[in-house]
Amino acid sequence: MSNPPSGAASFVKTSVKQPYIWAIAALVLLLIINLIKDPSYLGISVNAVTGDLSGNLIDILRASAPIMMIAVGMTLVIATRGIDLSVGSVMAVSGAVSMEFMHDAGDGSLGSALMAIALALGISAFLGLINGVLVSIVGLQPFITTLIMMLAGRGLAKVITSGQNTSASNEFFRWIANGTVLGFPVVFVIGAVIVALVALLVRRSALGLMIESIGINPKAARMAGIRPVGLLIFVYILSAVLAGVAGIFSTASVMTVEVAKTGFSSEMDAILAVVIGGTSLAGGKFSLTGSVIGALLIATLDKTIVFLAIPSSATPAFKAIVIVAICLLQSQRVRALFSQRRARTSTPRKEAVSA
Amino acid sequence: MTSVIERPSAPQSPHTPSLVNRLKPNLETLPTLAAIVIFVGMIIYGEIAYGRILQFSTLSNLFINNAYLIILAVGLTFVILTGGVDLSVGAIIAISSLVGVMLANSGWNPFVVIVLMILIGSAFGAASGILIQYFNVQPFIATLAMMFLARGLASMLSTTPERLADESPIRTLSTEIKVIDGPKINDLVTTPNVIIAAVVVIIAFYVLHKTRFGRTVYAIGGSEQSATLMGLPVVRTKLAIYIISGTLAGLAAVVYTSKLGIAQNITGVGWELDAIAAVIIGGTLLTGGAGFVLGSVIGALVLGLMNVLITRDGSIPPEATTIITGAILLVFVLLQRLVVSRKRKT
Repeated sequence: MSNPPSGAASFVKTSVKQPYIWAIAALVLLLIINLIKDPSYLGISVNAVTGDLSGNLIDILRASAPIMMIAVGMTLVIATRGIDLSVGSVMAVSGAVSMEFMHDAGDGSLGSALMAIALALGISAFLGLINGVLVSIVGLQPFITTLIMMLAGRGLAKVITSGQNTSASNEFFRWIANGTVLGFPVVFVIGAVIVALVALLVRRSALGLMIESIGINPKAARMAGIRPVGLLIFVYILSAVLAGVAGIFSTASVMTVEVAKTGFSSEMDAILAVVIGGTSLAGGKFSLTGSVIGALLIATLDKTIVFLAIPSSATPAFKAIVIVAICLLQSQRVRALFSQRRARTSTPRKEAVSA
Repeated sequence: MTSVIERPSAPQSPHTPSLVNRLKPNLETLPTLAAIVIFVGMIIYGEIAYGRILQFSTLSNLFINNAYLIILAVGLTFVILTGGVDLSVGAIIAISSLVGVMLANSGWNPFVVIVLMILIGSAFGAASGILIQYFNVQPFIATLAMMFLARGLASMLSTTPERLADESPIRTLSTEIKVIDGPKINDLVTTPNVIIAAVVVIIAFYVLHKTRFGRTVYAIGGSEQSATLMGLPVVRTKLAIYIISGTLAGLAAVVYTSKLGIAQNITGVGWELDAIAAVIIGGTLLTGGAGFVLGSVIGALVLGLMNVLITRDGSIPPEATTIITGAILLVFVLLQRLVVSRKRKT
C-alpha cells in the first residue's frame, strides 16, 4: 500500500515482487480446488428484495473478519519483535463480557448493545495495557507475558460467565454479525474500515516507521531518540482491542459465548496470517496488506476443509503444515539452496535465535 | 530495556571473590528456596485449615496424580535451561495416548505399544529440534506448529474418548503397591508410574549435574555464542534436548494413559503451561542457564497441592484455577527478573 500508484502495469510489477504473491496464488489454488468439487462454488446471488449478496465468497469474507482483526494487531506486535499469544483468550473475555452484560440487561435495546461493546473493548484494552506494561516497563519476554495472559484470560472468561456458555438476545448486537451494508456483511465492512484506519494511522504518520525501527534494531532506535515504552504499550493495547472486536464479531454471529471454544487457537490463525503476509517473525518491516490477504487465505482454508468434508477438528494439522512450510521458506538454509548465487556471494551467516 | 545496553560487569573481579561467591549461590537458589517455602507453607496451611493433608494417603496421591506432570516438567527443564521452550508436550500426550489406546485395543503387544508411544514423542521432539536448529525457526513457533500438528492428527484419528480395555496389561503400571500399611485407609502407596517418574528425575539429575552433556546444556543457556566459540557441541545438544523433551512427553502419555485408561483428542490441553509453570516455580530461569531439576519436581508438587487445596476449600470456583496458576507464574517470573537485574548490578 506504500507503492506510488503510477499506472496499472507498474502496480502489477511491484505486486508480483511482494512476498504475499504466494499467498494470493495459494488462495486462487484453494478456490480452484473448490471449483473442481462444485462448479457453481464461486456463484454470488443477489437477493432481489433486500439487495443482499450471498454465496460462498461472501461467507469467506464474513469468516475472515475476526481473523483480519487479530492479524492486524498481531502484525504490529510482531513488527516490534514481540508476540501476542493472548489474542484468543482476549476474544473469549470480550465475548463473555458483552454476552453477560446483555444477558443481565435483558432489554435488547441499542443502548445496552453499545454499552456491552464499550465494556468489552474497555476490558480488552485493560488486558492489553497489562501486557504492554509487563513487556515494556518490567522487561519480561513478550511470549511468556502473553502466555500467562492467555492462561489467565481464558480463566477470567470462565469466571465472568461462571463457567457456563452464556447466551443473550439483542437484535442490534446480532446485526453486527448477521446484517448487511450495501449487500456486504457488516462484519466485513467494519473490519475493512478498521484495517483502513489502522493502516492510515501507521503509514501516514511516523508511527509505522518507529514500530519498524524498534523491531529492526532496538538499540539503534533508542539512540535515534525513539522511546520504546509508549510504542510497545500502544501496540499491545491495539492488539488486545482488535482482539476484543474479533471476540464481538465471533460471538455476535451465534449470540453465545462458548468460554472454552471462542477464540481457541486463534493466536495460531493470527500468527499464520502474519507470516503468510510476509512479515518476518524476527520483527522489523511489516505488511498490513499481506496480513489481510493471509487472513483471507486462512478463512478460505477453513471453509475448504469443511467443504471437502474433512473433519474440522483436523484443521490445525493443515495450518501447522502451512506454517512449517513458510518458516522453512523464510529460513536462510532453504533460500541458499534455492539460489546458489546468493550462497556464493554472501557468506551464510548464522543468526542467533532469540525468543 | 536499559539492561540490554549495559555491559555485564567483569565477572568475578579478583579482589572480591569471597563476596561474589557468597552472594551468587543465594541469588541463584532464591527462587527454588521460595518454591520450597511455598510448598511447606501450603502443607501447613492446608493441615491447619482443612486437615488430613499431612498424612500418607494424601501425600501418596499427590505423587500418584502428578507423576505425569513431574515427567513433563523434567523434560521442559532441559529445554528451558537452554533458553528455549517446548509448547508441544500437551498435544504430544494427546496423540501418543490415542495411538497407544487404539493399538492396544486392536491387540498389539503392550510392550510394543508402550515403546511406540514413547517414540511418537521422540519423533515430534526431533521435528521441533530440526526446525529450530537447522532452519533458525524460533523455538516457540516451531513447537507451537508441532502442537497444532499433533493435536490435528489426534483429531483425525478420533474425536471421541477411547477407552483402554480393562484387562490391558498397560493398566498394571498404575496398580497400587502398599509400602506402609497405615491405620484404616491411611496407607503409603505407590504405583509403578511414580517409580518411573522417580527414575526419570534421578537420571535427569545425574545427566544435568554430573555429565559433559549436562554442563553443555547449562553453557548454551548462559550464552549460546560463547558455548559455540568454546567448541561445545551446541547443535547436537540442542537437538538432543528437544528429543528428550518429546520422549519424556511420550513417557508421560504412557503414565497418564495407564492411570486414567481413557485417551481423547483434547487430552492435555494447557498442560504445557502447567509444565512450564512447574519449571519456573522450581527456580529455573526462563532465559536459561540456571536452574535445578529437583526444583521442577517441587514446582510440579506445588501445582498439584494447589489443586488439592482448591478442591478441599470448595469456595474457589474451579474455573479460577488457571487464573491462580497464571498469577503464581507471573509472580515467579517477576521474582526472576528481580534476581537477574540484581545479579547484573553486583
